Amino acid sequence: MQIDNIIQKHKTQKEALIPILQDIQVELNWLPPEAIKEVAQKLAIPLIDVYGVASFYRAFSLKPRGKHIITVCLGTACHVRGGARIVAEVSRKLNIEPDETTEDMQFTLETVNCLGCCAIGPVVVIDGEYYGGVTSSKVNSIISKYRK
Amino acid sequence: MAYRTNLMLCTCTMCVSVGALKIKRKIEEEIKRHNLEDEIQIIPVGSSWLCTRGPTLIVQPDDVVYQFLKEDDIPHLVEEHLLKGRPVKSLMYIHPETLHPIEKLHQIPFYRQQRLITLRNRGMIDPDKIEECIARDGYKALAKVLKSMTPEEVIQEIKDSGLRGRGGAGFPTGRKWEVCRAVKGSPKYVVCNADEGDPGAFMDRSIIEADPHAVLEGMAIGAYAIGASEGYIYIRIEYPLAIKRLERAILEARDYGLLGENILGAGFSFEAHVFKGAGAFVCGEETSLLASIESKPPEPRTRPPYPAQSGLWEKPTNINNVETWANVAAIINQGAKWFSEIGTETSKGTKVFSLAGNINNAGLVEVPMGITLREMVYDIGGGIPNGKKFKAVQIGGPSGGVVPDSLLDLPIDYERLQEAGAIMGSGGMVVVDEDTCMVDFAKYFLIFTNDESCGKCTSCREGSAAMLEILTRITEGKGEEGDIEFLEELGEAVKEASQCGLGQTLSNPVLSALMHFRDEFEAHIKYKKCPAFVCKDLITYSIDPDKCTGCGLCLKQCPADAITGKLKKPHQIDDSNCIKCGVCRDSCKAKAVILKDRFDK
Ligand SMILES: Cc1cc2nc3c(=O)[nH]c(=O)nc-3n(C[C@H](O)[C@H](O)[C@H](O)COP(=O)(O)O)c2cc1C
Ligand code: FES
Repeated sequence: MQIDNIIQKHKTQKEALIPILQDIQVELNWLPPEAIKEVAQKLAIPLIDVYGVASFYRAFSLKPRGKHIITVCLGTACHVRGGARIVAEVSRKLNIEPDETTEDMQFTLETVNCLGCCAIGPVVVIDGEYYGGVTSSKVNSIISKYRK
Repeated sequence: MAYRTNLMLCTCTMCVSVGALKIKRKIEEEIKRHNLEDEIQIIPVGSSWLCTRGPTLIVQPDDVVYQFLKEDDIPHLVEEHLLKGRPVKSLMYIHPETLHPIEKLHQIPFYRQQRLITLRNRGMIDPDKIEECIARDGYKALAKVLKSMTPEEVIQEIKDSGLRGRGGAGFPTGRKWEVCRAVKGSPKYVVCNADEGDPGAFMDRSIIEADPHAVLEGMAIGAYAIGASEGYIYIRIEYPLAIKRLERAILEARDYGLLGENILGAGFSFEAHVFKGAGAFVCGEETSLLASIESKPPEPRTRPPYPAQSGLWEKPTNINNVETWANVAAIINQGAKWFSEIGTETSKGTKVFSLAGNINNAGLVEVPMGITLREMVYDIGGGIPNGKKFKAVQIGGPSGGVVPDSLLDLPIDYERLQEAGAIMGSGGMVVVDEDTCMVDFAKYFLIFTNDESCGKCTSCREGSAAMLEILTRITEGKGEEGDIEFLEELGEAVKEASQCGLGQTLSNPVLSALMHFRDEFEAHIKYKKCPAFVCKDLITYSIDPDKCTGCGLCLKQCPADAITGKLKKPHQIDDSNCIKCGVCRDSCKAKAVILKDRFDK
């Protein structure tokens, strides 16, 4: 039903696959196979093409994601200020690799190639909240704010 | 109603991340408490003054700037400055050498050399209020064009100005418009490239967050010139605030009749749509970007035909970068002659750069073309923090290269930078200090391009993988004689054999590092040493017993249980357990954790 509404919303656009998938992901937090099938059917696009688009772009997730999304920037400016060490530290603290989700479905760790906040790198974003100048020793206290 | 004082509070993504909205609420409270609501207003502005010093506030018309604001500072600030007229010195910018507070914004060295054309409204308007933009000549150029200029005259003006595309390649904008106008076919489209894929750059985000109307007005003028009535702004999804401001700006402009049907009653119509990217670097390439809007696989295709001939839905399409569009209205208002007198022989006007990395004044900078990199790094950027030594400035991101100290006197100009093995790129500048390993840095870019390659050309896909494999070996201490030469050969081959700009330029970071920092590659290969102490396999961590205070913090934080020691006694690191994560070094207040070469050759 939700998906139907989203498709209806974009009906007037000529080619709306990406915006539709984006809206579905905002709604459901990932792109479940049923949703992808439904989109393919309703837009009359071959399923494989919808999967092609969904898997090409980094912003789409074909796996369920956790309640909190932790995004660590690996852009150039963050890299030269230790971004990779931040990813490693979050990874260790949550015991997951990038693009994985903790077993309790609380956290997903993602990396990104720049958030445009390069002046204050390394940058971590959790659920839309930005943290600048992150060091590995600050990681724990940042994450613990989101633990239930 | 005129206010006696305007408080220009930066609410860009970065300032918001350090609490700008809390500061806003606190100021509002204090203004109310002192009954100053009729005299003083807060204007939330976009875009970055000194991005590392946020939240920042500029008090106008006094021109006084405050930095690093905390909620607790606000009652004092409001009372002293706004009530009693005594600016608060302790919250001002401190000159790094004289250590005196600098009161006026325009006395700060970071601003002195800047010249704002693209960013003309930066910090002066609330981007969410079109009236403020209009009060500062927003849409005046569009009105002028619609009332008194033919499309040909507009194109001639842009051609005469010498404006070149700011998205990287520097193609003359007026010529591009001319070609698109001349092509038969309808409808035509204009597109704004706001994908800003260079990781480490934030010009386009900042321009949109500060003044979204500058982009929309430029697009409307361009559409009139080429004969289009519809436009798309392709913006990366990683920029939620910029997207929000842009979407709002479009609605406001429509309400005012500045976009939409029959604009200003002149019979010209123009609709702008926002299209959100989905996180793929290659989508910044124009043909791939257009395919992405059409929901096709975003693989670049060979040109010709150029988008001007066959672009969006195979219709004539003119695509320009955000900054290019944002220059247009200023040129129409002030004339091609005025614009072409700024800059160098071949590079006219100003260029916006984002300065980041290991630099004191990271932030957004707009300077006339032709100023030197040294002025950028030292006068504007304020040099390198923490007493470290400058090593290089990376320009042009994954398509660009590193410029060492010996070339810092190069003027910023498309041709001159290219001669030096770097490129202008879109304007991202990342400064690196002595703690950056140039082999690791080159590898970083290859990881990026290898991951972002769409995979269509074998040379790009496999070439980047092969180069990455060699670089990885070198950083692991497994480099062999001949690796450098092989990297150079491969780099040139990939350049020649790839179809789009991604593949054609992906070897630049490696080749430029080899050109300027060959000795670092040799140190890794021959002596198994990483001079910057970055490559994990070539270094060891240890604790200086003379400096260690035995506080036990590192022992508590070490994720590998590699540290032992009694409280108040010097601690030790067991190298066989150490995973070189650096947590101990980050957390040590006594700076007792030291790095050494692993192999003594
Ligand atoms: C791999 C690749 C990535 C690119 N990314 C961008 C980008 O993020 N933003 C941009 O404006 N141009 C980018 N370009 C350049 C565009 O293809 C195109 O030249 C530009 O948008 C034209 O606008 P301009 O003439 O105003 O510079 C990229 C090119 C390549 C090859
Ligand atoms: S490099 Fe991390 S925000 Fe740009």
